[in-house]
Amino acid sequence: MKCRLSTLAVAVSACTLLGAVGAVQADYPERAITYIIPFNPGGESDVTARFQEPILEELLGVSVNVTHRPGGGGAVAWSEFQNNAEPDGYEIIGVNIPHIIGQPIQRSDAGFETDNWEIITFFHSTPNALIVPANSPFETLDDLVEYARENPQAVTLGGSGTYSANHLDMLRFEQEADIDLTYIPFTGTGPLPAALEGNHVAGVFNYTMLGVQMDDRVRVLAVASEERVSALPDAPTFSELGYDIVGGAYRGVAAPAGTPPEIVETLAEAFAEANRRITEQQEPLGFVMEYITGEQIDEVISSLSEAYGPILEAAD
Amino acid sequence: MEMLLEALASLMTFQSFITVLVGVSAGLLIGSLPGLTATMALAVLLPFTFSMPPLQGLMALGAVYMGSIYGGAFTAILINTPGTPSSIATTFDGYPMARQGRAFEALAGATIASVIGGLVGVAFLLLLAPPLARWAVAFGPAEMFWVAMLGLTLVASLSSGSLLKGLLGGCIGMLLSTVGVSPVGGETRFTFGFPPLQGGIELIVALIGLFVIPELLTMAAEGRGALRPSGEFGKREASIGQVAKRIFRRPGNLIRSCLIGQVIAIIPGAGGNVTSLVAYNEARRFSKDPQSFGKGNIDGVVASESSNNVMVAGSMIPLLTLGIPGAPPDAIILGVLMLHGLRPGIDLFTETGVLTNGFILSMGLAALMLLPVGLLGARLIYRVVIKIPYYFMVPCIAMVTIIGTFALRNSLLDVGIMLILGALGYFLRLIGIHAAPIVLGLILGGIAEQGYVQTMLAAVVDPIPWLRLVRNPLSQVLAGMVLLGAATALLPVWLERSGRLQKATSAEEEKP
Repeated sequence: MKCRLSTLAVAVSACTLLGAVGAVQADYPERAITYIIPFNPGGESDVTARFQEPILEELLGVSVNVTHRPGGGGAVAWSEFQNNAEPDGYEIIGVNIPHIIGQPIQRSDAGFETDNWEIITFFHSTPNALIVPANSPFETLDDLVEYARENPQAVTLGGSGTYSANHLDMLRFEQEADIDLTYIPFTGTGPLPAALEGNHVAGVFNYTMLGVQMDDRVRVLAVASEERVSALPDAPTFSELGYDIVGGAYRGVAAPAGTPPEIVETLAEAFAEANRRITEQQEPLGFVMEYITGEQIDEVISSLSEAYGPILEAAD
Repeated sequence: MEMLLEALASLMTFQSFITVLVGVSAGLLIGSLPGLTATMALAVLLPFTFSMPPLQGLMALGAVYMGSIYGGAFTAILINTPGTPSSIATTFDGYPMARQGRAFEALAGATIASVIGGLVGVAFLLLLAPPLARWAVAFGPAEMFWVAMLGLTLVASLSSGSLLKGLLGGCIGMLLSTVGVSPVGGETRFTFGFPPLQGGIELIVALIGLFVIPELLTMAAEGRGALRPSGEFGKREASIGQVAKRIFRRPGNLIRSCLIGQVIAIIPGAGGNVTSLVAYNEARRFSKDPQSFGKGNIDGVVASESSNNVMVAGSMIPLLTLGIPGAPPDAIILGVLMLHGLRPGIDLFTETGVLTNGFILSMGLAALMLLPVGLLGARLIYRVVIKIPYYFMVPCIAMVTIIGTFALRNSLLDVGIMLILGALGYFLRLIGIHAAPIVLGLILGGIAEQGYVQTMLAAVVDPIPWLRLVRNPLSQVLAGMVLLGAATALLPVWLERSGRLQKATSAEEEKP
């Protein structure tokens, strides 16, 4: 409560300050930075931000206030941010791929655009993984593909959200393997362990973290990363098995369009250092640390837009 | 056993006591403010626990959780406003009691019920976690659909007086639940080209709007406080001992409510709001005097408050054994466990058993502390509610409500939605459509939709897809219960109408 109110107070005073001071940013940063998380507290984005918060505060010398603005799978906060945030570096927001690619294509009124901001960095990714319960008849990915080929639509795969990272890569897998599966969207990652454990679905297309978390109660048939994930050394990659699928969710932060490049750079460096310091805590959970900045950002976005775009357009 | 003793020893330190005491008090305060929920209390507290050792951090979170679920009862009883969604059912009888000058009795009843509920939940968690966890995973999409339908049959019994108006309220609620991005399929619905509406109508926002605002408007319109001053608090009324005696003399209600609380707590996605509503409904169904419910029967308060506090520890069963959050606040506790490198599973009870058992026992301690902290807090809040004249009280509550609604998602739109629904709720109440069925429809509409669509998607290969809804034995049982529930609600009305039942119903007077 107290914390909330102070956040509020800071936000209000920040707004009044903006009007008065205008665009003077010689010694950025000189006051508190608001770090908006467009999802509910307790999720991966939130937990990561909480890790980063003290380190960013130490590096930047000002306080960093993490606030939440959930709704519409991130879209509510993103549209508000693109429309209202001042490009002075004191407001930053968490951004996720593929959400920021998929939603503007798929919804007519998402309220934001994929590239209408300065993305500071993508600091980690969580590769997709195809996970089946430990008692599943599918021992390997080949078993699943073979069965699915003989029984179209009979294999049900759960995942988090519609046209999410999970869903899109499952659709790519269908194309690559030339099979027909049935995707069952769930709201978030939370219900998936129960769906696996209770055999409500044949498997799930989710992130590597779930495979790590559920340990020997599940079998990870394949992960969609370029190399094997260190937390799951026994799980092969899709490309090892002959399917060209590398994808998952990327998490990063963005500043409003028009933010001065020096500020973006300062923030990018701070996030990179924060990343290095929290690697030890995050890697065992199944996260893959990334240091994507500058031009690489456009490369990642455009390559994934190419991979996902046609699927999304076709679905529309 | 050794682990239990060791865990108990780690709990018996001054530091632990203080942690739990502060946690319970803070939770109580947050829970009693409309708009600030248990989930939010935990989220706000989360950063502070990072610097604590794992056990202490978990203790603090458990205590806050316990305190805030209980705190919701205060405002439910005193100003007819559930502080958290779990206390919706507490308002049904708690507020009428308070208006009759029996506020202390209601608060004492809620406190005793919460303490017992909390302890029962801890006992279940400690003793029966692994076998009960099997239950949690039995609930797939089809079963969730039936659970939601079962909840919707409550609409019939919640609509005091007119069944039609109750159903109308339920439909309004279900319609409200469809605004925003659909749970399955991801289409945006009813946003009218207005991007912020993608976030939909949050349950808490509707809850505050529909319960608090009409109450405030009524207070202002009638120029009265929430309660009439009724002499010295607790003196002329039943003492705590008498209340306890009354509750324990016929323990059937308490036992039934605790069992219901436990069963529903382990169903992932149902949570405390469903728990207390179902327990209330069953208390009424089994009561010898169902007519007195809704008019100030302490059994209603006991049923609601005991079952929602069972849920606190009870919903940890699927969380600690399988990593499945049984209720929304549990998702945050899961995050904390993962942060400290604790993986849900049987290892939690063996390898790190001391820590886990310490956490569980600390929730028991928190439940016990509800008694002194709660009774003290009740006295304080009661005095505040009685002493402050309505023309100070109404703006104060309105302010807290608006700030609470804003803080929920940092959204001004939510404040707007809250106020609109509130104004609408006031007029709906005037024509006899109450908030409870609307909120019920809002809670359950989404669950039912998701369960139904997921089942249908999975059944694409079946020749008759909807048969998938009743394929498993569990879903057959649940479907049977839905039919039974609907029948028991509708049959008396039908019999009455067709003139076969001569009993005149005197229960048609308006509610106070």
